[in-house]
This record gives sequence, C-alpha cells and structure tokens, in this order.
Amino acid sequence: MNYEPVIGLEVHAQLLTDSKIFCGCSTRFGAEPNANTCPVCIGLPGVLPVLNRKVVEFALRAGLATHCEITRASRLARKNYFYPDLPKGYQISQYELPICEHGYIDIEVSGATKRVRLTRIHMEEDAGKNIHDQHGDSSLVDLNRAGVPLLEIVSEPDLRSADEAVSYLKTLRAIVQFLGVCDGNMEEGSFRCDANVSVRPAGSDRLGTKIEIKNLNSFKAIEKAIAFEIERQSDVLSGGGQLVQETRLWDEHREETRSMRSKESAHDYRYFPDPDLLPLVINADWIAEVRAGLPELPAARKARFMQGYQLPAYEAELLTSRKDIADYFEEAVTAHANAKAVANWIVGDLFRVLKEQKLDEEFYIDRWPVAAERLGELVRLIDQGKISGKIAKTVFAEMLSSGKSPQQIVSDKGLEQVSDRSSIEIEIDRVLAANGKQVEQYKSGNDKIFGYLVGQVMKATGGKANPQTVNNLLRAKLQ
Amino acid sequence: MTLAALTLHAASDTLRRRECSSVELTEAVLARIAASDENIRAYLTVDRQGARDQARQADKLLSENKSDSPLLGVPLALKDNFLTRGLKTTCASKILGDFVPPYDATTVAKLRNAGAVIVGKTNLDEFAMGSSAENSAFHPTRNPWDGARVPGGSSGGSAAAVAADECIAALGTDTGGSIRQPAACCGIVGLKPSYGRVSRYGIIAFASSMDQVGPMTKDVRDSALLLEAIAGHDPADATSVQRPVPKYSEALTGGVKGLRLGVPREYFVAGMAPEVEQAVRRAIAELEKQGARIEDISLPHTSYAVAVYYIIATAEASSNLARYDGMRYGHRAEAADLNDTYMLSREEGFGAEVKRRIMLGTYALSAGYYEAYYLKAQRVRALIKRDFDQAFASCDAIVTPTMPTTAFKIGEKTQDPLQMYLSDIYTISVNLAGLPAISLPCGFDKAGLPIGLQIIGKPFDEATILRVAYAYEQATECHTMKPEDRG
Repeated sequence: MNYEPVIGLEVHAQLLTDSKIFCGCSTRFGAEPNANTCPVCIGLPGVLPVLNRKVVEFALRAGLATHCEITRASRLARKNYFYPDLPKGYQISQYELPICEHGYIDIEVSGATKRVRLTRIHMEEDAGKNIHDQHGDSSLVDLNRAGVPLLEIVSEPDLRSADEAVSYLKTLRAIVQFLGVCDGNMEEGSFRCDANVSVRPAGSDRLGTKIEIKNLNSFKAIEKAIAFEIERQSDVLSGGGQLVQETRLWDEHREETRSMRSKESAHDYRYFPDPDLLPLVINADWIAEVRAGLPELPAARKARFMQGYQLPAYEAELLTSRKDIADYFEEAVTAHANAKAVANWIVGDLFRVLKEQKLDEEFYIDRWPVAAERLGELVRLIDQGKISGKIAKTVFAEMLSSGKSPQQIVSDKGLEQVSDRSSIEIEIDRVLAANGKQVEQYKSGNDKIFGYLVGQVMKATGGKANPQTVNNLLRAKLQ
Repeated sequence: MTLAALTLHAASDTLRRRECSSVELTEAVLARIAASDENIRAYLTVDRQGARDQARQADKLLSENKSDSPLLGVPLALKDNFLTRGLKTTCASKILGDFVPPYDATTVAKLRNAGAVIVGKTNLDEFAMGSSAENSAFHPTRNPWDGARVPGGSSGGSAAAVAADECIAALGTDTGGSIRQPAACCGIVGLKPSYGRVSRYGIIAFASSMDQVGPMTKDVRDSALLLEAIAGHDPADATSVQRPVPKYSEALTGGVKGLRLGVPREYFVAGMAPEVEQAVRRAIAELEKQGARIEDISLPHTSYAVAVYYIIATAEASSNLARYDGMRYGHRAEAADLNDTYMLSREEGFGAEVKRRIMLGTYALSAGYYEAYYLKAQRVRALIKRDFDQAFASCDAIVTPTMPTTAFKIGEKTQDPLQMYLSDIYTISVNLAGLPAISLPCGFDKAGLPIGLQIIGKPFDEATILRVAYAYEQATECHTMKPEDRG
C-alpha cells in the first residue's frame, strides 16, 4: 500500500530583543553561566513578571507578515511542570488566546507555489539549560537562557514531504530574518524546530498516529529525520503493526529517530491564565503602526530583484533565501551596478567557497571571506576591461587567501590586462617568428591553427593581453 | 503611657517635637518586645541591631530636618512574607527556613526610603494560608487580649504586635481577609487596599489575583498615613495601577453626613455571634446618628464566595508554590533521584495546610476538571463582582461585620479546616472583587474580646472608607482600649 505523510511543524524562534521577556536581563548568547540573571528570571520568591513591549511588537510583526489575525485581547498563561531548568515551576506561555492565529505562508515546491496554513504564533519564555556529567554525579544549571523571549510558530499539518518541510522552514526563516525579529541561527538554537509526522494510506482523509520528533537543529537533520520517520512508520503499518503516539529524538550519529520516555506525553500542564499579568490588549493603532513599519519581505524582495535587476527567478530565489545574502548582493551592486554579473559571482564562486569553508549555514556575514564591496570592485575591473574573466578567477582566489582588495592584487601582481597595441604586436611578432611551421600550415588553409597561435600569444603575455586585441592584430599580421 | 504605646502619628509628632529620639522610641519598642513577646510570640525575627542602626540614621535625618515623612524614625513590623534584603524571610515555612533575600520588596524599599525603622518580621500562617496564625511552621502567636486565643490570621503576628505595642504599626497582606480578620480579633485597624493600589513586588505570593499589601495600625489616621507611604504604581508589578495617590490623611475629616451606607442583608445570617451582630448594629446606628443614610442592599451571590475563593486561591497557590522545589534555595531533601528530591523536599518543607491547598489547587486545574472548577469559579467571581457594582449604584460604601465571631481558642478549629475557612466569610468577597475594605474595632464581647466593623469601598475609593472609619472612631472609645485595660 502507498502511504502519504502528513507533517506539521512547531518552530521556536528566539527573538532579537536586547532584554528578556519579563525582566531587564541581557539576552546575549555565550555569557558566563548565570551571568545574565536577576531575581525575576531565576524565580526568587516575591518576583513578578513585566512583559517586554518589544516582544509583543515582534510577535505582531511576525503575525502580520504571515497574514495572521491578531488577537485583540490575548492572555499569557502558565504551563506548570517541574524541571531544574524551569525556575518558577511553570513556563509563562500562551494557551487559549495566542496573540496571532490563522495565518499562512506561501512556499515554492518544485516550481509551484503551495500555501501552508499557520495555526498560531504565540509568545513564551525559554527555559534554562541543564549541564550533566561535568561535576561528579551532580548536574549544573545555567539560567542565562531562562526568560529569553521566543515565538512559537505552529503550522497546520499541511506538509506532505521532507522537501516541503525544509522549503517551509527556509521560507519561514527568511521571513523572520527579514523582519529583524530572529537571526535564524540554527546552530545556536535561535531557530529550532519540532516536527509532527504521521502517515496514512494514500487518499485517506483520516490522520494517522502522530509522532513528535524533537532535537532538530539543522536543515539536514530535519530532512533526514522526517524521511526516516516516514519510512519507519510506513514499514510498521505495512507489516501490520501499530504506531503509538510518542515523542522521538533524532540521533544525529546513527541517523535514526529513537523513542523518548513515553511518560512525557501523559503530562498534564494545568494551563491557566497567569494572574500576575493582565490580559494583553492590542489596539488598532498599534497594529496599524506595526503594519506600516513592516520591512520588505523575501517574496517582495525576490520580485524586486527579478524586475529591478533583471535577474532570473532561480538566482533571485537563491539571493533572497536569507536576509544577509540579499543584503550582501545589494551592497555589492551598490559598489558596482552590474547585477547579473554580481549575482553570478555570488551564486557561483562565493557560494562554493562558503560551502567549502562551512560558512553557508552560519550567520556571521562579517566572517565571510570577501566583503560585498570588494566583490563589486572585482566585477568592475572586469567590466572596465582591466582584467579578463579568467584573470578575475585568479584575483578572486588571491582575495580569499590574502584578504587584499582586487585592485591591490591586480597592481601588486601586474595582472592588469594589456590592450596596448604596440606591446602586443611585439609579442605577436615573436610568436610568429618562433612558429614558422604553424604559420605555414595556417596559410595553407588550416584555420584551427589560428586558435593555437592566439593561445601562444596569451601565454607569452601571462594571460594579460586583451584577447580581442590579440585576435584583431594577429588576423591582420597573417593576411 | 509608654513610648511604645504611641500611634504612628503621635510618635511622629513626638519625634518632630524632639520629645524623644528615634533611638529612644526604638529602644522602648524593643523593650516591650523583650517583656511581652515571650508570651505573645508575635515575631519570628527581631532585628535589634538593624533597628538600632536605622534609628540612629533616622535621628540624624530628624536633626537635619531633611525629610518630612511621617514614618521617619518610627519602628514598624513586617509580616514575614515581605522580602527584606539581608534579613531572613521565612513565610513561616520550613521550606524557606533559612532564606535571606537579596532584594527588598517595593513596599519595604518605600518604607526604608521614608526613614522607617524595621524592627522585625512577624509570624503568620505558613504562606499566608490560614485564619489563626496557628499554621506557622515555627510557633503559634497568642492573642494579646487573651493568651488562650488566636490573634486571627494570617497576619496574626502583625496584628498581635500592634495590639501589644510591640511596634508602632505594621504591614500585613490580605488575600481573603488576612489583614482585616486578625485586626478584628486583636482590636486594631486593618486596611486592605484595592487590588493594584499597592505593589506586590517582593511579597511572597499566595494567590496573585487577590493578594494585597496593607497597613495594620492602632487607629484610622495611622492607616491613612501608612497607605499613603506604600501606595502607587510600581513598574515591577504589572497589576499595579497608574493612578495618582490621594492624600488619604487629609481626607479623613468631613464626616458621614449625606453618605449612603449599604448594609447587605446576606451578611447578617445564622451562625454569627449575637454579640457581634449587636455591636455592628450599634455601630451602624451610630453612623446613622451622624447623618449617614443607611440603605438595605443585597449581594445575592455572597453564599458562593467561600467556595469560589477556595478554588481560585488554591489554584493560583498550587502554581505559585511550585518554585519551592529545593533546587536553588530553601530546604532540599537528600534523595536518590530528581523526582524524589522534589517530592521529599516539598514533603518535608511544607506544612499540612499548605499541602492541602496545593492538592486542592492542582486538582482544580487538572485536565478534565479545569472547566468544572476553575473556569466556573471565575464566572461566579464575575457575578460576585457584579453584585458589588450594582450595590454601589445606590450606596457610597458598605458596612458589615468583619468576622462572624470574636477570636476563637487556640486549637479549637485546627482539626476542622472547613470551620476555619468560614471565619473569613465576610472578608473573602472583597478580595474576589478587588475592592478596598477596612476593619476597625466597634466593641467588645462579654469576655472582653474585640469585635470588628468592616467598611467596604468602591474600587480605589480608599478615601471614603477611611473617612467613614475615622468618623466612627472619633465618636467612640474602642480604639483607645488596650489589652491590659481589659477587665
């Protein structure tokens, strides 16, 4: 029997606020354990939460950008459970009345546009982190992350393959990045995802048994984990077996999912409205203000890249898949206005290098080996006829290793293209003199020899001669 | 009269006139504590050294005439659920037995800024859960009027300390009557402000949607002064309101002439002590004599208040008390694994009443029961609130008894929690509705025990109930009576 996968994703996006959601502590990543804490975020007796206005604004931004309805009077709720990294014994989250509901985003799936519905977007605080096996047989707790603001973005089970899931996540990540609400960094966990996967006989409209996969922190892991689950579940069902609703973890090394304790699913969180926080009332003016301030989103930017820069859809899509890339492209184009050539360099040579240096999944554009302006400069040198496209590859390689500007490299190494007729003529004469036999062959009608002779001249000039000039002069000499 | 017996406003005047220093006043209070607290046991912690230091500091400021705060140099006591930086705060629970907070509650910071001298931390029912101050993990407090009786609760320590002149005034917290009920038991004035009037930041939470800080004082003027000092918006408490704070102490006079005072018929029912009813009726007659118009009103959902309260308060408490898990501070039990550490720490750390309420609240919030209990209770709470809104359409304040009886005997109700819960029957609705209410003495029963009169106000209309209370107080002698005059 054929099985159809049904996938829904829950994404946690850490917000780019300076301070935590309910206190003034810093959200900076990588601080000394427990350095970014205060009585409020470590849940001392007597403390009270005060909602960070910026978090609400970011949630509104995300909701409006994904066509959600904004809940005019939403509530913060307590999710009660005990865990050492949860200082208050409850997490402040949203439950019955999330701030945003019923949105959608459009994704590209094999050339077609697919609409994926969003169930809800809600605000919540992050928990801390337990560190095991570092101190004898006890565990340590770092509460720096406790109270860091998150948006949880929940999709409807509208996705039908691992590819669709990845496409959805990339699109969503680009949106939150373009909005400036989340840096999208999966490695540091600021954009993380749980997947709900079930399979059902193809054509059925009933939902199968839902398996939740946690611990997914790269696109690769997501893709593999979902694909693994689809196959595993299909196999179980084909073999006449039954699936139980459970939470599974993705094991990166063994490339398989495995069951977490099943107790987890029986948890009763005893949600109720947090009495320390009044209902969150959002007036129409605020919504209008946030809407008016929404930046250009990936889809719009892609359209603009296609129209304004005359880029093909494929390049435009690649260049707008992340905000840092799109910004990089536009910065390079500002330095030198040949969008098509700049785009080719980015999508081709630069992406290859980023992949080699494993910088393609990271978000430190300042760590990229070539500054946008310098890439623009490189293309300008080609367009100005100062270097050939071929020499440009050499210059680019040198830019990577030395970090110097392309102009600098060209001057230092004397790579400037030679268009000066007299010096080229001298080289041509030398080549003709040294290749009497070939000249004879050419003259007797072997046209292919012309290419050989051009090559010899280029070689003699170290590749710097303007090929067009060489062509013209050589033809004239051989007449 | 000794210095310790002074009211806050009298003490302040005395200090201003240089008739005594804050150090002398503080020593008088400390001496009083030394003499009587062995019997009364109002305090959990007396900070003698700290109090003396603060008094010296206050004397310096007094001599420089730099502050006009009426609290400057005046020794006050705090219920031990107010966080005090560097001073042990236990909430009368073993689970916080050695907890020393790193920060001050907002109200404590306000008192310190006003130059008040903080003498110590008073006893309470553990986590403010109880109506007798017997449910303390450390010891029960005795009623200064009769050592065999409870001082009421949960702010029983603060009430007893004020009544016994072991401080000039005190602060308590009131979730279902915990300021007014012990004030009635101990013959003092207790004011529960409107929800949101005073910051809750730094108060160990019991039930967040009802907890409120308030003054416990020897007379009505003192309550006004103390409220003025602690009221106001606090950016650290999202439920505190942004409203200007009136000069309550200047709004006391003017009398009750022309005021419409509602008397809810549901508050005079079987079960209340006849002497309490008589005293309250006499007080109402006195107010009428002074020109108030007495209106017969109805608060039809009164009978649901106790049930609703015990759903909502316990639900919130079960969550608020989850942080006491032995992980970061307080008592931690030695156990084999994480789950046992949680269970055993809480098993050992919490007393029976606290456990009872955590279990009730956990049940009320659990899946499948939430709608039937918590949500239903919230709906009835809205009806109770609406009762008051409707009543206030025809009256300016409401007058009721504070308690159905006078102080009961120690041990008398500890075996029957439901009986104990009923002692807050007249005060609970006020917390559910978030209203301000004051309790002041209005007489004594045959045994010489004080009886409390409660005046309930419109939201944020503390000024009117203070005015009514002051008018009554000025016409009578009850508030001048001391336990030792009992005879």
